[in-house]
Amino acid sequence: MDWTALWLSLRLAGWTVVFLLPIAVFAGRFLAYRRFGGKGLIEALVMLPLVLPPTVFGFYLLLAFGAQSPLGQFWIATFGHQLVFSFQGLVVASIIFNLPFAIQPAQRGFEAVPSDVREAASCCGMSPLRSLWRVELPLAWPGLVTAMVLTFAHTLGEFGIVLMVGGSIPGETKTIAISIYDSVQGFDDRGAATMSAVLVAISLFTIAVTYWLSSRVGRRLG
Amino acid sequence: MALAVMAKAATPIPLDLAFRVEPGELLALVGHSGSGKTTLLRTIAGLWRPEVARVQVNGRTWLDTGARVDLPPHQRRVGVVFQNYALFPHMTAAQNVASAMDHMSGAERTREAERLLELVNLHGLAGRKPAQLSGGEQQRVAVARALARRPEALLLDEPFSAVDRATREKLYAEIIALRAHLSMPVVLVTHDMNEAQLLADRMVVIDAGRMVAEGPTGSVMSDPDALRAMGIREAAAMVPATIASHDPDGMTQLATSAGTLWLPQVEGAPGSSVRVRIMAHEVILSRTRPEGLSAQNILPVKVIDLQSGGGPAVMVRLAFGEDMILARVTRRAAEALSLQPDDHIYAVLKSMSVARDHVAAGNVA
Repeated sequence: MDWTALWLSLRLAGWTVVFLLPIAVFAGRFLAYRRFGGKGLIEALVMLPLVLPPTVFGFYLLLAFGAQSPLGQFWIATFGHQLVFSFQGLVVASIIFNLPFAIQPAQRGFEAVPSDVREAASCCGMSPLRSLWRVELPLAWPGLVTAMVLTFAHTLGEFGIVLMVGGSIPGETKTIAISIYDSVQGFDDRGAATMSAVLVAISLFTIAVTYWLSSRVGRRLG
Repeated sequence: MALAVMAKAATPIPLDLAFRVEPGELLALVGHSGSGKTTLLRTIAGLWRPEVARVQVNGRTWLDTGARVDLPPHQRRVGVVFQNYALFPHMTAAQNVASAMDHMSGAERTREAERLLELVNLHGLAGRKPAQLSGGEQQRVAVARALARRPEALLLDEPFSAVDRATREKLYAEIIALRAHLSMPVVLVTHDMNEAQLLADRMVVIDAGRMVAEGPTGSVMSDPDALRAMGIREAAAMVPATIASHDPDGMTQLATSAGTLWLPQVEGAPGSSVRVRIMAHEVILSRTRPEGLSAQNILPVKVIDLQSGGGPAVMVRLAFGEDMILARVTRRAAEALSLQPDDHIYAVLKSMSVARDHVAAGNVA
């Protein structure tokens, strides 16, 4: 059992959720309420990581993060090390490939807030930020929780993109999914079986908690 | 503290009109769906901006497209009761009301929310969520919430359309009673002429974004242009009356300036004032006092004038004591009776022809 890899995966998933939550709130809210030209294209772009093969997606991220790219150069100049094959690089990649899992449910969550309720909030004297905090978030939060749980669980399980962008450096970029693959490759079936079972248990637990929370919300509003 | 509104637009709903509401006055914007009345209300609240528009309240400009002034809704001190109330489902009744008072301290807010819920007869329900309240109770919470901001203009968007008839009658009475506490201009959007006539001081009839009639409710109700827009079957007059007595057989005796009127069970103690809406098409005219008729109400009236609109019917305006009623009869009948102005005739009205929700407490505006 590779505890280092498990801890790395949990850290990766945790940071991804932390960074994606505000992005999901503002992008999801924007897409839910605004009508503008090219909205379909934006929505399609957000969904793209869902349909692209992880290797294709990982390849483009590798190009974008590499030492020759502007982002890669900026990263080296600022932090003194490469973005690829680092934990930070994994977090950035993870944020990008989780965009559909975070933004889509968040958007649905905000769409579920009736427009007259939002209008009532502003007619009650609430500024847009106050309305977000007092009215929209409390009503949209089942969508936001779904977004965060999907992101967390999906990050734990992602394999192809992590391998392309991070490689398999123990303690830095070797996640539990990659550790399982390595174990199988090294004929360590027992190790692979334990880690797979742990991953199943964690994923099941997270999703079960979400269902429990959302049924409580249902009762609270019902 | 008057509210002055002007709006012009081509899309999505054509608009071209201007009106003014005085402090404490209740103006009804009446029209069919799609006439632009709700768009006007949204313009006042800041939820919609027509191409050219000006909204001034209390000498302050909320919207002036010419001067590029457009305050967002949260900066306009406006109270809105939405058609489906739009209550915040995750908050209790008291929290809903308090949510419009962010400028006050916590303790003050709670006290004020309680006072407002008391004002709309909702004591004891402050802790309930909207889903645990009936339609009528939800509407009262929405009214309390709209008042919580101490609005400079109160806007009511079809506030009675989502409740059943019995509840509506009760809410009418409550709004009439509540008006004593309101000093700001009030705008009521409705498609229901009865509602407008029972509640409003003045009416603006809108058709395709234009004002087709405007004035005190009584005069608009007999205005041919207004009736053309709203449908001639809506023609009616409002008669003030006093409850004289309740009979054990379920009838109520009302005293009007033209004599006694018998109606089925009217709510209210003897001596209290009510307003009765008499529909023009329910009134029968007779040259002589008819005998052996089932109708309970036969009252002497005097013809004021006859207006014919080109159709098969004529509208007869009748002096009803010190008041006025309308009768819509066929041209053929008017000719058979050879009705002329100043003729003394009889108006016949079935007791049952006055619907329960056509009687409201209070004096004629």
